[in-house]
Amino acid sequence: MASGLFSAAAVIAAKDIAVEWRTKTALVSSLVFAILVLAILYFARDATAVSAFEVAPGVLWVTFTFAGMLGLNRAFLLERENHALDGLRLTQATPPAIFLGKMVGNALFIGLVELVSLPLFVLFYNVPIWSRLPMLMLVIAMATLAFVSVGTLLSAMVVRTRFSEVMLPVLLLPFLVPPIVSAVQVTWRILADRPLAEMTGWLSLLGAFDVVFFMLSLMLFEAIIIE
Amino acid sequence: MNRREKALTTARRGTIITGLALIGLAGVYVRALMFTPIERFQGPAQKILYVHAPVATVALLAFGITGVLSLLYLIFKDPRLDHLSASSAEIGVALSVVLLTTGPIWAKPIWGTWWDWDARLTSTLFLFLLFVGYLVLRGALTDFGMRARFSAVLGVLALGLVPFIHMTVYWFRTLHPSPVLLKPEAPSMPGVMLVTLLSAIGVVAVLYVGFLMQRYAVTVLEDIREEEAAGGLS
Repeated sequence: MASGLFSAAAVIAAKDIAVEWRTKTALVSSLVFAILVLAILYFARDATAVSAFEVAPGVLWVTFTFAGMLGLNRAFLLERENHALDGLRLTQATPPAIFLGKMVGNALFIGLVELVSLPLFVLFYNVPIWSRLPMLMLVIAMATLAFVSVGTLLSAMVVRTRFSEVMLPVLLLPFLVPPIVSAVQVTWRILADRPLAEMTGWLSLLGAFDVVFFMLSLMLFEAIIIE
Repeated sequence: MNRREKALTTARRGTIITGLALIGLAGVYVRALMFTPIERFQGPAQKILYVHAPVATVALLAFGITGVLSLLYLIFKDPRLDHLSASSAEIGVALSVVLLTTGPIWAKPIWGTWWDWDARLTSTLFLFLLFVGYLVLRGALTDFGMRARFSAVLGVLALGLVPFIHMTVYWFRTLHPSPVLLKPEAPSMPGVMLVTLLSAIGVVAVLYVGFLMQRYAVTVLEDIREEEAAGGLS
Protein backbone atom coordinates (compact mmCIF):
# COMPACT_ATOMS: atom_id res chain seq x y z
CA MET A 1 0.00 0.00 0.00
CA ALA A 2 2.67 2.43 1.06
CA SER A 3 4.93 1.40 -1.80
CA GLY A 4 1.99 1.90 -4.19
CA LEU A 5 1.56 5.41 -2.83
CA PHE A 6 5.19 6.31 -3.37
CA SER A 7 5.50 4.68 -6.78
CA ALA A 8 2.34 6.42 -8.01
CA ALA A 9 3.66 9.71 -6.64
CA ALA A 10 7.02 9.14 -8.34
CA VAL A 11 5.30 8.46 -11.68
CA ILE A 12 3.27 11.66 -11.44
CA ALA A 13 6.31 13.71 -10.44
CA ALA A 14 8.36 12.19 -13.28
CA LYS A 15 5.55 12.98 -15.73
CA ASP A 16 5.44 16.63 -14.63
CA ILE A 17 9.20 16.96 -14.86
CA ALA A 18 9.22 15.35 -18.32
CA VAL A 19 6.49 17.71 -19.55
CA GLU A 20 8.38 20.69 -18.19
CA TRP A 21 11.72 19.49 -19.55
CA ARG A 22 10.36 19.31 -23.11
CA THR A 23 9.54 23.01 -23.31
CA LYS A 24 11.34 24.51 -20.28
CA THR A 25 9.01 27.52 -20.63
CA ALA A 26 8.14 27.83 -16.94
CA LEU A 27 11.66 26.98 -15.81
CA VAL A 28 13.36 29.56 -18.01
CA SER A 29 10.78 32.25 -17.15
CA SER A 30 11.11 31.57 -13.41
CA LEU A 31 14.90 31.75 -13.64
CA VAL A 32 14.92 34.96 -15.63
CA PHE A 33 12.38 36.36 -13.20
CA ALA A 34 14.56 35.40 -10.21
CA ILE A 35 17.61 37.08 -11.75
CA LEU A 36 15.56 40.21 -12.49
CA VAL A 37 14.28 40.39 -8.91
CA LEU A 38 17.81 39.95 -7.54
CA ALA A 39 19.09 42.70 -9.80
CA ILE A 40 16.22 45.15 -9.20
CA LEU A 41 16.28 44.76 -5.41
CA TYR A 42 19.99 45.61 -5.45
CA PHE A 43 19.00 49.14 -6.49
CA ALA A 44 16.03 49.35 -4.10
CA ARG A 45 18.06 50.88 -1.27
CA ASP A 46 20.16 53.91 -0.45
CA ALA A 47 23.60 52.56 -1.38
CA THR A 48 25.37 55.16 0.77
CA ALA A 49 23.48 54.17 3.93
CA VAL A 50 22.59 50.47 3.60
CA SER A 51 25.13 47.92 2.45
CA ALA A 52 24.06 45.17 0.06
CA PHE A 53 25.07 42.62 2.69
CA GLU A 54 22.47 43.95 5.14
CA VAL A 55 19.54 43.53 2.77
CA ALA A 56 20.85 40.24 1.35
CA PRO A 57 18.84 37.78 3.55
CA GLY A 58 15.56 39.56 2.78
CA VAL A 59 16.38 39.80 -0.91
CA LEU A 60 17.17 36.10 -1.12
CA TRP A 61 13.81 35.10 0.34
CA VAL A 62 11.75 37.62 -1.58
CA THR A 63 13.37 36.29 -4.74
CA PHE A 64 12.73 32.64 -3.86
CA THR A 65 9.13 33.39 -2.88
CA PHE A 66 8.25 35.33 -6.01
CA ALA A 67 10.02 32.96 -8.39
CA GLY A 68 8.52 29.94 -6.64
CA MET A 69 5.02 31.37 -6.89
CA LEU A 70 5.40 31.63 -10.67
CA GLY A 71 6.20 27.93 -10.81
CA LEU A 72 3.42 26.75 -8.50
CA ASN A 73 0.48 27.49 -10.78
CA ARG A 74 2.08 25.40 -13.52
CA ALA A 75 1.54 22.01 -11.83
CA PHE A 76 -2.25 22.11 -12.00
CA LEU A 77 -2.62 24.39 -15.02
CA LEU A 78 -1.12 21.46 -16.95
CA GLU A 79 -3.97 19.27 -15.75
CA ARG A 80 -6.67 21.82 -16.51
CA GLU A 81 -6.16 21.61 -20.26
CA ASN A 82 -8.14 18.85 -21.95
CA HIS A 83 -9.57 17.83 -18.55
CA ALA A 84 -6.34 15.97 -17.80
CA LEU A 85 -7.18 16.06 -14.10
CA ASP A 86 -10.19 13.81 -14.72
CA GLY A 87 -7.85 11.38 -16.42
CA LEU A 88 -5.48 11.52 -13.47
CA ARG A 89 -8.36 10.79 -11.12
CA LEU A 90 -9.39 7.79 -13.22
CA THR A 91 -6.01 6.16 -12.69
CA GLN A 92 -5.41 4.07 -9.59
CA ALA A 93 -3.50 6.93 -7.94
CA THR A 94 -5.12 7.91 -4.64
CA PRO A 95 -5.49 11.61 -3.73
CA PRO A 96 -2.49 11.48 -1.34
CA ALA A 97 -0.40 9.98 -4.15
CA ILE A 98 -1.47 12.73 -6.56
CA PHE A 99 -0.67 15.34 -3.92
CA LEU A 100 2.75 13.86 -3.16
CA GLY A 101 3.58 13.58 -6.84
CA LYS A 102 2.59 17.16 -7.56
CA MET A 103 4.40 18.35 -4.46
CA VAL A 104 7.63 16.56 -5.35
CA GLY A 105 7.41 17.93 -8.89
CA ASN A 106 6.98 21.44 -7.50
CA ALA A 107 9.81 20.96 -5.01
CA LEU A 108 12.18 19.82 -7.76
CA PHE A 109 11.15 22.72 -9.95
CA ILE A 110 11.60 25.32 -7.22
CA GLY A 111 14.74 23.60 -5.96
CA LEU A 112 16.29 23.94 -9.39
CA VAL A 113 15.39 27.62 -9.57
CA GLU A 114 16.93 28.12 -6.12
CA LEU A 115 20.03 26.17 -7.06
CA VAL A 116 20.67 28.41 -10.04
CA SER A 117 19.82 31.71 -8.36
CA LEU A 118 21.88 31.07 -5.21
CA PRO A 119 25.30 31.43 -6.93
CA LEU A 120 24.00 34.55 -8.68
CA PHE A 121 22.91 35.91 -5.31
CA VAL A 122 26.43 35.28 -3.96
CA LEU A 123 27.89 37.01 -7.01
CA PHE A 124 25.59 40.04 -7.01
CA TYR A 125 25.54 40.67 -3.26
CA ASN A 126 29.09 39.59 -2.51
CA VAL A 127 28.11 37.32 0.39
CA PRO A 128 30.62 34.66 1.37
CA ILE A 129 28.49 31.55 1.94
CA TRP A 130 30.77 28.61 1.18
CA SER A 131 31.77 27.87 4.77
CA ARG A 132 28.13 28.12 5.87
CA LEU A 133 26.65 26.27 2.93
CA PRO A 134 25.34 23.14 4.76
CA MET A 135 23.39 25.26 7.25
CA LEU A 136 22.06 27.50 4.50
CA MET A 137 20.98 24.49 2.45
CA LEU A 138 19.11 23.11 5.46
CA VAL A 139 17.13 26.34 5.90
CA ILE A 140 16.41 26.54 2.18
CA ALA A 141 15.20 22.92 2.17
CA MET A 142 12.97 23.46 5.21
CA ALA A 143 11.41 26.68 3.94
CA THR A 144 10.92 25.19 0.48
CA LEU A 145 9.08 22.23 2.00
CA ALA A 146 6.76 24.65 3.82
CA PHE A 147 6.29 26.60 0.61
CA VAL A 148 5.45 23.61 -1.59
CA SER A 149 3.13 21.83 0.86
CA VAL A 150 0.71 24.73 1.27
CA GLY A 151 1.46 26.00 -2.24
CA THR A 152 0.57 22.73 -3.97
CA LEU A 153 -2.71 22.46 -2.07
CA LEU A 154 -3.74 26.07 -2.73
CA SER A 155 -2.70 25.98 -6.39
CA ALA A 156 -4.92 22.93 -6.89
CA MET A 157 -7.76 25.10 -5.60
CA VAL A 158 -7.09 28.33 -7.44
CA VAL A 159 -6.67 26.82 -10.92
CA ARG A 160 -10.37 25.96 -10.76
CA THR A 161 -11.33 29.62 -10.17
CA ARG A 162 -11.46 32.62 -12.38
CA PHE A 163 -8.38 34.92 -12.10
CA SER A 164 -6.23 32.07 -10.74
CA GLU A 165 -2.95 33.94 -11.34
CA VAL A 166 -3.97 36.72 -8.95
CA MET A 167 -5.69 34.43 -6.49
CA LEU A 168 -2.66 32.27 -5.65
CA PRO A 169 -0.46 35.04 -4.16
CA VAL A 170 -3.42 36.50 -2.24
CA LEU A 171 -4.21 33.16 -0.60
CA LEU A 172 -0.67 31.83 -0.28
CA LEU A 173 1.26 34.81 1.08
CA PRO A 174 -0.44 34.89 4.51
CA PHE A 175 0.62 31.26 4.94
CA LEU A 176 4.18 32.12 3.98
CA VAL A 177 4.58 34.69 6.76
CA PRO A 178 5.86 32.21 9.40
CA PRO A 179 8.21 30.20 7.13
CA ILE A 180 9.63 33.21 5.29
CA VAL A 181 10.15 35.31 8.42
CA SER A 182 11.83 32.33 10.13
CA ALA A 183 13.98 31.67 7.07
CA VAL A 184 15.10 35.32 6.89
CA GLN A 185 15.84 35.37 10.62
CA VAL A 186 17.94 32.22 10.38
CA THR A 187 19.64 33.32 7.15
CA TRP A 188 20.94 36.61 8.51
CA ARG A 189 22.26 34.82 11.59
CA ILE A 190 24.04 32.28 9.39
CA LEU A 191 25.55 35.00 7.22
CA ALA A 192 26.62 36.99 10.28
CA ASP A 193 28.25 33.89 11.82
CA ARG A 194 26.00 33.91 14.89
CA PRO A 195 26.06 30.85 17.17
CA LEU A 196 23.60 28.04 16.48
CA ALA A 197 21.83 28.64 19.81
CA GLU A 198 20.45 31.91 18.41
CA MET A 199 18.78 30.08 15.53
CA THR A 200 17.25 27.02 17.20
CA GLY A 201 14.04 28.84 18.14
CA TRP A 202 13.34 29.95 14.58
CA LEU A 203 14.45 26.61 13.18
CA SER A 204 12.05 24.71 15.42
CA LEU A 205 9.22 27.07 14.45
CA LEU A 206 10.04 26.35 10.81
CA GLY A 207 10.25 22.62 11.48
CA ALA A 208 6.92 22.58 13.30
CA PHE A 209 5.33 24.53 10.45
CA ASP A 210 6.68 21.96 7.97
CA VAL A 211 5.23 19.03 9.89
CA VAL A 212 1.82 20.60 10.63
CA PHE A 213 1.20 22.01 7.16
CA PHE A 214 2.54 19.00 5.28
CA MET A 215 0.15 16.73 7.20
CA LEU A 216 -2.77 19.18 6.90
CA SER A 217 -2.24 19.64 3.16
CA LEU A 218 -1.93 15.91 2.59
CA MET A 219 -5.18 15.24 4.42
CA LEU A 220 -7.14 18.17 3.00
CA PHE A 221 -6.15 17.50 -0.60
CA GLU A 222 -8.83 14.85 -0.96
CA ALA A 223 -11.54 17.46 -0.38
CA ILE A 224 -10.11 19.48 -3.30
CA ILE A 225 -9.77 16.71 -5.81
CA ILE A 226 -12.87 14.57 -5.21
CA GLU A 227 -16.00 15.79 -6.95
CA MET B 1 -42.80 25.56 7.15
CA ASN B 2 -40.68 25.57 3.98
CA ARG B 3 -37.07 26.70 3.71
CA ARG B 4 -37.90 30.22 2.57
CA GLU B 5 -40.24 30.88 5.48
CA LYS B 6 -37.72 29.41 7.91
CA ALA B 7 -35.01 31.69 6.53
CA LEU B 8 -37.30 34.71 6.76
CA THR B 9 -38.12 33.88 10.39
CA THR B 10 -34.40 33.59 11.18
CA ALA B 11 -33.80 36.93 9.48
CA ARG B 12 -36.58 38.60 11.49
CA ARG B 13 -35.26 37.18 14.77
CA GLY B 14 -31.77 38.29 13.77
CA THR B 15 -33.05 41.81 13.16
CA ILE B 16 -34.65 41.92 16.60
CA ILE B 17 -31.45 40.69 18.28
CA THR B 18 -29.37 43.21 16.30
CA GLY B 19 -31.76 45.98 17.35
CA LEU B 20 -31.48 44.99 21.01
CA ALA B 21 -27.68 44.81 20.72
CA LEU B 22 -27.55 48.28 19.17
CA ILE B 23 -29.61 49.70 22.04
CA GLY B 24 -27.28 47.91 24.44
CA LEU B 25 -24.27 49.31 22.59
CA ALA B 26 -25.59 52.83 22.94
CA GLY B 27 -26.13 52.16 26.66
CA VAL B 28 -22.60 50.84 27.10
CA TYR B 29 -21.09 53.90 25.43
CA VAL B 30 -23.15 56.27 27.54
CA ARG B 31 -21.75 54.41 30.54
CA ALA B 32 -18.21 54.42 29.10
CA LEU B 33 -18.21 58.13 28.30
CA MET B 34 -20.16 59.57 31.22
CA PHE B 35 -20.04 57.16 34.13
CA THR B 36 -16.66 55.48 33.82
CA PRO B 37 -13.69 57.43 35.22
CA ILE B 38 -11.01 58.79 32.92
CA GLU B 39 -7.82 56.74 33.01
CA ARG B 40 -5.00 58.52 34.83
CA PHE B 41 -2.15 58.04 32.32
CA GLN B 42 -3.84 57.82 28.96
CA GLY B 43 -6.62 60.35 29.52
CA PRO B 44 -9.74 60.33 27.32
CA ALA B 45 -7.88 58.34 24.62
CA GLN B 46 -8.35 55.21 26.73
CA LYS B 47 -12.12 55.38 26.08
CA ILE B 48 -11.57 53.83 22.66
CA LEU B 49 -10.68 50.61 24.49
CA TYR B 50 -14.40 50.06 25.05
CA VAL B 51 -14.85 49.80 21.27
CA HIS B 52 -11.50 48.33 20.32
CA ALA B 53 -11.20 45.44 22.79
CA PRO B 54 -14.77 44.07 22.40
CA VAL B 55 -14.53 44.25 18.61
CA ALA B 56 -11.15 42.48 18.74
CA THR B 57 -12.48 39.72 20.96
CA VAL B 58 -15.55 39.09 18.84
CA ALA B 59 -13.65 39.34 15.52
CA LEU B 60 -11.23 36.64 16.67
CA LEU B 61 -14.16 34.60 17.93
CA ALA B 62 -15.84 34.97 14.52
CA PHE B 63 -12.72 33.75 12.70
CA GLY B 64 -12.35 30.90 15.17
CA ILE B 65 -15.97 29.86 14.59
CA THR B 66 -15.35 29.96 10.83
CA GLY B 67 -12.40 27.61 11.27
CA VAL B 68 -14.29 25.16 13.48
CA LEU B 69 -17.38 25.17 11.23
CA SER B 70 -15.12 24.59 8.21
CA LEU B 71 -13.69 21.51 9.87
CA LEU B 72 -17.19 20.30 10.73
CA TYR B 73 -18.32 20.91 7.14
CA LEU B 74 -15.53 18.68 5.82
CA ILE B 75 -16.73 15.91 8.16
CA PHE B 76 -20.52 16.22 7.91
CA LYS B 77 -20.94 17.95 4.50
CA ASP B 78 -24.01 19.84 5.75
CA PRO B 79 -24.55 22.96 3.59
CA ARG B 80 -25.84 24.86 6.63
CA LEU B 81 -22.36 24.63 8.17
CA ASP B 82 -20.91 26.20 5.03
CA HIS B 83 -23.44 29.05 5.09
CA LEU B 84 -22.74 29.72 8.75
CA SER B 85 -18.96 29.69 8.40
CA ALA B 86 -19.07 32.04 5.41
CA SER B 87 -21.40 34.41 7.28
CA SER B 88 -19.14 34.32 10.32
CA ALA B 89 -16.08 35.09 8.19
CA GLU B 90 -17.82 38.07 6.63
CA ILE B 91 -18.74 39.52 10.02
CA GLY B 92 -15.21 38.86 11.25
CA VAL B 93 -13.82 40.85 8.34
CA ALA B 94 -16.23 43.72 9.01
CA LEU B 95 -15.31 43.80 12.70
CA SER B 96 -11.60 43.65 11.80
CA VAL B 97 -12.04 46.83 9.79
CA VAL B 98 -13.36 48.54 12.93
CA LEU B 99 -10.52 46.97 14.90
CA LEU B 100 -7.79 48.10 12.50
CA THR B 101 -9.28 51.60 12.35
CA THR B 102 -9.76 52.23 16.05
CA GLY B 103 -6.29 50.86 16.86
CA PRO B 104 -4.28 53.51 15.01
CA ILE B 105 -6.58 56.28 16.30
CA TRP B 106 -5.66 55.24 19.84
CA ALA B 107 -2.02 54.56 18.98
CA LYS B 108 -1.32 58.06 17.62
CA PRO B 109 -1.63 59.90 20.97
CA ILE B 110 -0.39 56.98 23.12
CA TRP B 111 2.43 55.40 21.11
CA GLY B 112 3.12 58.56 19.11
CA THR B 113 2.65 56.71 15.84
CA TRP B 114 -0.33 55.56 13.80
CA TRP B 115 1.11 52.19 12.98
CA ASP B 116 3.70 49.94 14.49
CA TRP B 117 4.74 46.40 13.60
CA ASP B 118 3.68 45.22 16.99
CA ALA B 119 2.91 41.51 17.41
CA ARG B 120 -0.83 41.61 17.90
CA LEU B 121 -1.31 44.37 15.36
CA THR B 122 0.60 42.40 12.75
CA SER B 123 -1.19 39.11 13.48
CA THR B 124 -4.54 40.85 13.15
CA LEU B 125 -3.53 42.42 9.85
CA PHE B 126 -2.47 39.06 8.37
CA LEU B 127 -5.56 37.33 9.71
CA PHE B 128 -7.73 40.07 8.22
CA LEU B 129 -6.02 39.72 4.82
CA LEU B 130 -6.33 35.94 4.98
CA PHE B 131 -10.08 36.12 5.51
CA VAL B 132 -10.49 38.76 2.84
CA GLY B 133 -8.80 36.13 0.63
CA TYR B 134 -11.32 33.57 1.90
CA LEU B 135 -14.21 35.80 0.80
CA VAL B 136 -12.54 36.56 -2.54
CA LEU B 137 -12.10 32.83 -3.14
CA ARG B 138 -15.79 32.23 -2.45
CA GLY B 139 -16.67 34.97 -4.89
CA ALA B 140 -14.54 33.39 -7.61
CA LEU B 141 -16.23 29.98 -7.41
CA THR B 142 -19.69 29.47 -8.86
CA ASP B 143 -20.30 25.79 -8.23
CA PHE B 144 -21.85 25.34 -4.78
CA GLY B 145 -20.11 22.09 -3.82
CA MET B 146 -16.71 23.32 -4.93
CA ARG B 147 -17.14 26.67 -3.17
CA ALA B 148 -18.11 24.98 0.08
CA ARG B 149 -15.28 22.42 -0.01
CA PHE B 150 -12.56 24.85 -1.07
CA SER B 151 -13.48 27.51 1.44
CA ALA B 152 -13.74 24.87 4.18
CA VAL B 153 -10.21 23.70 3.33
CA LEU B 154 -8.99 27.29 3.54
CA GLY B 155 -10.84 27.77 6.86
CA VAL B 156 -9.16 24.70 8.39
CA LEU B 157 -5.74 25.84 7.13
CA ALA B 158 -6.36 29.27 8.65
CA LEU B 159 -7.11 27.64 11.98
CA GLY B 160 -3.72 25.92 11.82
CA LEU B 161 -1.96 29.12 10.77
CA VAL B 162 -3.04 31.38 13.64
CA PRO B 163 -0.63 30.01 16.31
CA PHE B 164 2.28 30.15 13.86
CA ILE B 165 1.64 33.74 12.83
CA HIS B 166 1.28 34.67 16.46
CA MET B 167 4.58 33.05 17.45
CA THR B 168 6.37 34.60 14.48
CA VAL B 169 5.36 38.17 15.06
CA TYR B 170 5.61 37.81 18.83
CA TRP B 171 9.22 36.73 18.59
CA PHE B 172 9.89 39.53 16.19
CA ARG B 173 8.99 42.00 19.00
CA THR B 174 5.96 43.37 20.77
CA LEU B 175 4.86 46.76 22.06
CA HIS B 176 1.19 46.06 22.75
CA PRO B 177 -0.27 46.76 26.18
CA SER B 178 0.09 43.48 28.04
CA PRO B 179 -3.14 41.58 28.68
CA VAL B 180 -5.32 43.26 31.31
CA LEU B 181 -8.16 40.76 31.34
CA LEU B 182 -7.02 37.23 30.64
CA LYS B 183 -3.96 36.72 32.80
CA PRO B 184 -3.16 34.51 35.78
CA GLU B 185 -3.55 37.29 38.38
CA ALA B 186 -6.67 39.39 38.86
CA PRO B 187 -7.46 41.81 36.00
CA SER B 188 -5.33 44.95 36.34
CA MET B 189 -8.20 47.35 35.94
CA PRO B 190 -10.46 49.08 38.44
CA GLY B 191 -13.83 47.35 38.91
CA VAL B 192 -15.89 50.14 37.38
CA MET B 193 -13.87 50.11 34.13
CA LEU B 194 -13.92 46.33 34.09
CA VAL B 195 -17.72 46.24 34.24
CA THR B 196 -17.92 48.68 31.31
CA LEU B 197 -15.43 46.64 29.29
CA LEU B 198 -17.11 43.31 29.99
CA SER B 199 -20.57 44.64 29.18
CA ALA B 200 -19.18 46.10 25.93
CA ILE B 201 -17.78 42.67 25.01
CA GLY B 202 -21.13 41.06 25.84
CA VAL B 203 -23.07 43.57 23.76
CA VAL B 204 -20.78 43.18 20.73
CA ALA B 205 -21.10 39.40 21.05
CA VAL B 206 -24.89 39.73 20.92
CA LEU B 207 -24.51 42.02 17.91
CA TYR B 208 -22.46 39.26 16.26
CA VAL B 209 -25.25 36.74 16.87
CA GLY B 210 -27.79 39.14 15.35
CA PHE B 211 -25.61 39.77 12.30
CA LEU B 212 -24.87 36.07 11.91
CA MET B 213 -28.55 35.12 11.89
CA GLN B 214 -29.40 37.76 9.30
CA ARG B 215 -26.42 36.99 7.07
CA TYR B 216 -27.14 33.27 7.30
CA ALA B 217 -30.76 33.83 6.30
CA VAL B 218 -29.67 35.94 3.33
CA THR B 219 -27.30 33.15 2.22
CA VAL B 220 -30.09 30.58 2.39
CA LEU B 221 -32.41 32.87 0.41
CA GLU B 222 -29.68 33.40 -2.22
CA ASP B 223 -29.34 29.64 -2.46
CA ILE B 224 -33.07 29.17 -2.97
CA ARG B 225 -33.08 31.81 -5.69
CA GLU B 226 -30.13 30.15 -7.46
CA GLU B 227 -31.85 26.79 -7.31
CA GLU B 228 -35.06 28.27 -8.71
CA ALA B 229 -33.13 29.95 -11.50
CA ALA B 230 -31.39 26.68 -12.34
CA GLY B 231 -34.72 24.82 -12.19
CA GLY B 232 -36.33 27.40 -14.46
CA LEU B 233 -33.65 26.89 -17.09
CA SER B 234 -33.87 23.13 -17.32
